[in-house]
Amino acid sequence: METVLDIFSWIAIVGGGLFAMIGGLGVLRLPDLFSRMHGAGITDTLGAGLIILGLALQSGFTLITVKLILILVFLFVTSPTSSYALANAALSAGLRPLTAKKEDMSS
Amino acid sequence: MRHHLVLRVVSKLLIPFILLFGLYVQFHGDFGPGGGFQAGVIFAAGFILYALIFGRENAVKVTPPRVLQALMAFGLLLYASVGVVGMINGGNFLNYSVLRADGVAGQHLGILLIELGVGITVAAVMIMVFLMFTGRGR
Repeated sequence: METVLDIFSWIAIVGGGLFAMIGGLGVLRLPDLFSRMHGAGITDTLGAGLIILGLALQSGFTLITVKLILILVFLFVTSPTSSYALANAALSAGLRPLTAKKEDMSS
Repeated sequence: MRHHLVLRVVSKLLIPFILLFGLYVQFHGDFGPGGGFQAGVIFAAGFILYALIFGRENAVKVTPPRVLQALMAFGLLLYASVGVVGMINGGNFLNYSVLRADGVAGQHLGILLIELGVGITVAAVMIMVFLMFTGRGR
């Protein structure tokens, strides 16, 4: 039982780390602000979610798991909100996506 | 900021939890990570978020600068007076052990009051700094 839990939490933590790394790579390499934000968003949802799942598997049914789930809930609420605020600020500052059509530019 | 429905709804949802977490960090500080300074900053962050979303005018109504000035002074006064009470009871300045008959209980009470003073002062100063910066040129 212990070993199975360990294996699953290892898979989750390593997978989360992988997604976090891919997100970081995206922030570094993607061409403009909006696609970079997409890269950062992956880190927040899948990366943090999988890492917290792995940690929760390690801690079992304790208060720590409740706290980890609370962290996950707040991350899921706040990270899209901050992405929204950032994109909105960029749009109203006049920045347009790289592939935006000419007729969309005016809005 | 009137049209940002998402930000308004989410911040309304989150501000009570931010304040609650600030209080948790404040009063859990003697058992785990935390303490007055961090708690004050978290508590002030809740108010600053409110001011960012709902406008400076509403924030000034919630925390008038006169009240903030009084709170800054009160926190420092609480800190210093705990030290002076230690001196009156026959110890050194800020010696918590003499606050109660039982030394350990006295240290508990002392660090709680000290951190409360730090927290109040830091929260008031942070909110005040924000209000001062945003109020420039008005």
